Amino acid sequence: MPAIFSYIFSVDFFFMWIRVATPIILVALGAVVCERSGVVNLGLEGTMLIAALFGVLGSYFGKGLLPGFLLGIASALVVSLLFAFFHLVLKANNVLCGTAINTLAAGLTVFVLQMVTGEKGTSASIKSYSYPEVNIPILKDIPILGEILSGHNLLTYLAIVLLFVVMFLLFKTPLGLRIRAVGENPHAAESVGIPVVRIRFIAISICGALAGLGGMYLSMAYLPIFARDMTAGRGFISLAACAMGRANPIGVFVSALVFAFFDGLSNILQVLRIPAEFVQMMPYAATILGLTIYSIHRAHSLQRKHS
Amino acid sequence: MTETQEALRLEGITKVYPNGVIANKDINFSVNVGEIHALSGENGAGKTTLMKILFGEEKPTAGEIFIDGDKVNIQNPSDAIRLGIGLVHQHFMLVPSLTVTENLILGIEPVKGLRIDERKARDQVSEISKKYHLIVDPDAKIQDLTVGQKQKVEILKTLLRGVRILILDEPTAVLTPQETKELFYELKLLRSAGYTIIFISHKLNEVKELCDRITIIRHGQTMGVFDVSSVSEEEISRLMVGRAVKLKVEKEAANPGAAAIRVRGLTILDDSGKPKVKNVSFTARRGEIFGVAGVEGNGQSQLTDAITGLGGYQSGSIEINGLNISGKSVREIREHKLSHIPEDRMKTGIAPRLSIENNVIADKIFRKDFNRFGFLNLSKIAAYGLEMVNRFRVSCKSAQVHINSLSGGNIQKVVLARELSSDPDVIIANQPTRGVDVGATEFIRQELVGMRNQGKTVFLISSDLGEILGLSDSLIVLYEGEITAYFPDASSVTEEELGRYMLGVEKQSDAEIRRAVHE
Repeated sequence: MPAIFSYIFSVDFFFMWIRVATPIILVALGAVVCERSGVVNLGLEGTMLIAALFGVLGSYFGKGLLPGFLLGIASALVVSLLFAFFHLVLKANNVLCGTAINTLAAGLTVFVLQMVTGEKGTSASIKSYSYPEVNIPILKDIPILGEILSGHNLLTYLAIVLLFVVMFLLFKTPLGLRIRAVGENPHAAESVGIPVVRIRFIAISICGALAGLGGMYLSMAYLPIFARDMTAGRGFISLAACAMGRANPIGVFVSALVFAFFDGLSNILQVLRIPAEFVQMMPYAATILGLTIYSIHRAHSLQRKHS
Repeated sequence: MTETQEALRLEGITKVYPNGVIANKDINFSVNVGEIHALSGENGAGKTTLMKILFGEEKPTAGEIFIDGDKVNIQNPSDAIRLGIGLVHQHFMLVPSLTVTENLILGIEPVKGLRIDERKARDQVSEISKKYHLIVDPDAKIQDLTVGQKQKVEILKTLLRGVRILILDEPTAVLTPQETKELFYELKLLRSAGYTIIFISHKLNEVKELCDRITIIRHGQTMGVFDVSSVSEEEISRLMVGRAVKLKVEKEAANPGAAAIRVRGLTILDDSGKPKVKNVSFTARRGEIFGVAGVEGNGQSQLTDAITGLGGYQSGSIEINGLNISGKSVREIREHKLSHIPEDRMKTGIAPRLSIENNVIADKIFRKDFNRFGFLNLSKIAAYGLEMVNRFRVSCKSAQVHINSLSGGNIQKVVLARELSSDPDVIIANQPTRGVDVGATEFIRQELVGMRNQGKTVFLISSDLGEILGLSDSLIVLYEGEITAYFPDASSVTEEELGRYMLGVEKQSDAEIRRAVHE
């Protein structure tokens, strides 16, 4: 099917690839911070969804982008702290806590949406603000490269900056060292007086803020409106990217791009009249395939070392 | 000593756990500045609880703590560290993937702006490590260090935090004799620098060698404080256990018979493909205790896992009583009369939340006695549990209590009961007395010797030199997965000699090692 290739090797595809990768990168970076502190935050999906709605509502009520940003982040923090409280203080299982957050978010967002707009589907009837797109001087004038890399949303560029911020935080600062210590051996951290629960609270909060940005990207950048269940599994894909990248920021970044590639591919294939159900399966099948190839390759190289 | 000054005093410490167990009962404990003070007692005597109270990990029900004469209130480890008390845990409290420096500065990181001042951190670390002759590579990752080096990092961790009173919880349990010597040298150095050291141990020869005074506790009560030079090892052990204990294993000469475990050219690789056992061949015979000496992590775990069917191997062969175990399940191997006392009793030895009786029949659940058409015969199981508890002298309220409510020594007795009651021919005993008190140790060793006297094979893995030399009839030494020595008569070997082979300093000729094969 040469048609596919002409679609893939087009400026539009690469541009879209970056577009769909952004939320996954943001949320997966959050998952990295959480994972490093020893907590798997299964509530990311719900956190994203809540922030996606409240970002929109904040900008609607506050009549500006900043109130939207603030309310979006605040709502993500509240949800994350709720997760942290149940998981860390009340010692509830994180799978249960995460599932509870996701279920809560799915219901709450529709409920609040209807209260404000009178509709259950989207926020199209209210006027909300979006994050601006940014043209990068000089780069935007370079052919092809400029078309692919320039003109993205502010949050996309922020995601790249945050990649380095997270790396700096984890590997260069005292807080990062403590997060890694707490995640790998909480008893060791405790024995030198590091408050394990407090460090995890901080890590979950950082994760929540990043998930909030990811959520708002969906409703205030990728689309200009909130739609029910619009996260569509991106929170879980971010967790998978975090796992595949072994909680290493660069590795996670690359994994996020891989997932986004198939996400983007499924967009194209829809155009080519391949059944939608098959297409939607692709990013997930790609994950399983990727992990399988990875472990076969690893076993193979092991064997070779010995013969 | 010219003038003694009290560094620390615990007065009337009582600790009652919510489940009613009295761990400490009105304990008084006092340590002077600049002394090495031994704290000895059986497992479950309350040593660990006492130290946890001192370190702020547990709160006492009653009692007071004084440091340099001032009453203090220790709520958590941070308080303890601030008051100058440091604890070197038996299970190291280190983060494996971080470097030595990162582990040391954790929580007290020097900063420059937002980031950690890595240069200053390194300087601090190398300064303190030179000062006290505790030399470790500051950039090495913890996971790449030997046990002895990790311990140095643990001690440095407390020193870097300005600790003046150092508690060491059974520090020599995992060390080779050479490493132990090094540790003692370092501790004596610290003592002369004015540090106060509390040395928790039930290795009496070490207490005699290192310590100035000893406090003995039994059943949560102080049995007395003595100058070490004025009491004998026998007296100490009598006070610890409450009766006279035979410290030496008494056994007659072995009378080895036919081959029971036959291992030939065995090679085992780990997950990353590194060889953990390299081309190992030996034969353990009936009626002998066949010892495997070595510093932990030199292939013993992989070797035992392979023999018991828990782990795989890449090449070579293993025969148990003539059965080639390749491809056989653990149950098939066990049915060939193999028993296994595993290294980590909490992980592989027992199901912690089941009762004693359920644990005892775990390997016999398939038998018709206990199981009719898939239904358990509870009254038979209860009777059997009771019988085992009595025969193996497990001290417990009943055989129905959760096994993890018992002390380490009693849990090990339950494991022993299960494994020895299945009428084995071959017993694989991996660290059978680790963390087990003097009384239970004596019992376990006697049982193993008893098995040997009945013509069974005991395959003993132990990093306790006294045990491996005292109990084994013949032995091999493993170093980095290879046999570096075979001794047909273990009683002729000294600890120093054994230590050299364990550290890989010496290696016997191939011909000498090949004698282990007995062909």
